[in-house]
Amino acid sequence: MEKRVVFRSAWLPYALVAPQIAITLVFFFWPAAQAVWYSLHLQDAFGLKVQFVGLANFATLFKDSNYLASFKVTALFSVLVAFFGIAISLLLATMADRVLRGAMAYKTLLIWPYAVAPAVAGVLWAFIFAPSIGILTYILKGWGVDWNWIIKGDQAMLLVVIAAVWKQISYNFLFFLAGLQSIPKSLIEAAAIDGASPFRRFWTIVFPLLSPTTFFLLVVNIVYAFFDTFGVIDATTQGGPGQSTNILVYKVYHDGVKAADLGGSSAQSVILMFIVIVLTVAQFRFIERKVQY
Amino acid sequence: MAEISFRNVRKSYGELEVVHGVSAEVADGEFVVIVGPSGCGKSTLLRMVAGLETITGGEISIGDRVVNLLEPKDRDIAMVFQNYALYPHMSVYDNMAYGLRIRGLARSDIDARVRRAAEILELGGFLERKPRELSGGQRQRVAMGRAIVREPAAFLFDEPLSNLDAKLRVQMRAELQALHRRLGTTSLFVTHDQVEAMTLAHRMIVMNAGRAEQIGSPLDVYANPATTFVAGFIGSPPMNLIPSERGGRPVLLGVRPEHLEPCAESEAMMTVDIDLLEPLGSDTLVYGHLAGGRDGTRVAVRLHESVDARTGHLAVRYDPAKAHFFDPQGGQRIVS
Amino acid sequence: MVENRPWLTFLSHSVLMLGVLAVAFPLYVTFIASTHTLEAIMQAPMPLVPGDQLVENFTQVLTAGSTKGSKAAGATMLVNSLVMALAIPLGKITISVISAFAIVYFRFPLRMFFFWMIFVTLMLPVEVRIIPTFKVIADLGMLNTYAGLTVPLIASATATFLFRQFFMTVPDELAEAARVDGAGPLRFFWDVLLPLSKTTMAALFVIQFIYGWNQYLWPLLITTDESMYTTVIGIKRMIVGGDAANEWNLIMATAILAMLPPALVVMLMQKWFVKGLVETEK
Repeated sequence: MEKRVVFRSAWLPYALVAPQIAITLVFFFWPAAQAVWYSLHLQDAFGLKVQFVGLANFATLFKDSNYLASFKVTALFSVLVAFFGIAISLLLATMADRVLRGAMAYKTLLIWPYAVAPAVAGVLWAFIFAPSIGILTYILKGWGVDWNWIIKGDQAMLLVVIAAVWKQISYNFLFFLAGLQSIPKSLIEAAAIDGASPFRRFWTIVFPLLSPTTFFLLVVNIVYAFFDTFGVIDATTQGGPGQSTNILVYKVYHDGVKAADLGGSSAQSVILMFIVIVLTVAQFRFIERKVQY
Repeated sequence: MAEISFRNVRKSYGELEVVHGVSAEVADGEFVVIVGPSGCGKSTLLRMVAGLETITGGEISIGDRVVNLLEPKDRDIAMVFQNYALYPHMSVYDNMAYGLRIRGLARSDIDARVRRAAEILELGGFLERKPRELSGGQRQRVAMGRAIVREPAAFLFDEPLSNLDAKLRVQMRAELQALHRRLGTTSLFVTHDQVEAMTLAHRMIVMNAGRAEQIGSPLDVYANPATTFVAGFIGSPPMNLIPSERGGRPVLLGVRPEHLEPCAESEAMMTVDIDLLEPLGSDTLVYGHLAGGRDGTRVAVRLHESVDARTGHLAVRYDPAKAHFFDPQGGQRIVS
Repeated sequence: MVENRPWLTFLSHSVLMLGVLAVAFPLYVTFIASTHTLEAIMQAPMPLVPGDQLVENFTQVLTAGSTKGSKAAGATMLVNSLVMALAIPLGKITISVISAFAIVYFRFPLRMFFFWMIFVTLMLPVEVRIIPTFKVIADLGMLNTYAGLTVPLIASATATFLFRQFFMTVPDELAEAARVDGAGPLRFFWDVLLPLSKTTMAALFVIQFIYGWNQYLWPLLITTDESMYTTVIGIKRMIVGGDAANEWNLIMATAILAMLPPALVVMLMQKWFVKGLVETEK
């Protein structure tokens, strides 16, 4: 779709896009190009000599068991975050769509975690689950659970998943609620007249009609788990204990900033860019599909 | 006040030519309607006058100026759009005043003009309202008000009535005529509705596929259509076009439905097998096809009395003076 | 609701209450912790009713930060957060609305090239180009500056697309009417397009306010000076070691400071917030 040609000017459109393009070039394209360049080079320990090494940095990465482990951790983390984030918010949205009284109040009470920074969400849950003083740790102890995420990898993973899901529920909830409210009531009524129980109606009518929203949220949640949860990890486990919560984004940061491994970190950046491109394409496929509806 | 002239005006989009050289003159103060089916290039022609489309070939002049290269604002025209194009966030007053403000008119002058236009259009009570608070007819009037306040050399109307319901359209047609009588401004009016064209126009330009098929007064065009297209487009139901022969040559015989009159079978010039009757009260439309070897050509007959359809067919005759003949190849009128 | 099933309605409310509880619980604990002395919190279980240290804790963090970790004053950090939370949406809206205007309302060489350039930034989030972007900022001398904190974050494909999408829905005739009225492109932009974009801008502003306020990785990278910390960074910098070593009462007080402004924006501007959220993602 295009507008009919309306305005003509030899210089004005360029002036109008200039700020955006300038920032894009300086802070997006130039660094991205540098990441690619560094990923193909090796720098000595003093940063004095740079040597072209081709794909050696990538080869090293894929031989590095830590990096491969980080892939697995990221996959597990994003699947857990996406699954629980979507399942819980779908449940809540379905219930909120059902109740007539108080729906608005529930909505208001459920959406505000969106306003909480991931890092802050991490700190809150780290405190609640703190091994010695956490209130939930205390309760868990009462139930005989030995809770210490600082030394137990699976508990550390659980902690960051809880913090990440908790923050993301409000977002998913809003989209599901909007999706549910756009389903024509007549469809539900027709199914009710056909004798379908509420449970059956949900799985045979509501859920299939929501599938575009669900797919969209799936992609968004995976992107969220991959990138936006950096704050959650950094404020709580910092990738530990061991490598048990060291997701890819955190590892790029750690290797580049803390360990100052320029080539390795840049190679990881390039791989991440590739992942983002795949996810973005998936997201746009979805949008195209939605347009056809 | 100005005349508008088109000299062999062409428009193409890339390779595709959509207006193939239109020439016409609009006299000062005249109300000319450009009519044709959708996609015939009529709106493009109007938009070229407005300066919203570039002119690919030929010349358009308004008054004594060739306007081909002028910006819309410098052409001294005002335009009324099909969807009114009122600025939604501005009040009725501001919508009308906007163009005047841009031109830098004095505040008192603007106010006087807006109030006068509002008075003419009976919009006085609505000046502070936003367009969304108005009915379709009122919005239409605001769009006209916006044109009037500019006191332009010419008004350009792009299907301004087509978003209104049927009843309102008739009323606005009358108001437009009254307005034109009062202001006497040269007007170009585009429509696909032949009734609008017939009722409003001093003269009309009938367009088809990028060409002006005929230019003339409504009654002249109706009485003497220049081509089979015009014969079919102007008038409802359209003129019957019956394959026939004249002087040994194949021709298309054109007879308007109201010129076919029932008669005794012995006098019949043709017989219609009736398919459908539409009693309209004042008269009755008979739709059918020709009987007897004329390959079932569809015809319509307008009768002033009801007809007994039980016989299934109707014998009709016509006054040869009211018959038209067209070349079956090009569709051109054959002048006898 | 199609039919009347009391038990189902009861179940719905129960589930929702549980959800609200789960969502609110951490906030409640945070608030309680911010009203006690460190000693009180260190006892397991910590108290679950408010203490009397609210004023003391907040005064401490607002004026002097923590005693063991970051000593950045909360007031300064709030100002820094606010600068980010305001400069990013304002900058983003400004450059996006004008570039979308150029791309929608003009035809010029390289138009699609620019469009794709902006589009591709979607695929380059800061997380994937951490080190080189840091180097660019360092080379430009923008470390520990407001410009460094905000300018690199104001380029935005989503905002540009949002405005582009909105402009596409504005009838062509409006621009044509403005042209016939004698308005040039900038005048049309200012008099017609911007007023019509108000709701889109408000929605975008709310979303981007939260985005700016909650920035973490970026300020973490480029602020080393305590006076440039944002509130979110400040919290992280107050955590110095194992859970017993931290001044949780002060950390939690700072967390309240960090959550309050964006939470208020979400609650008070809920309509714009929901609109912004749903539309930017379309």
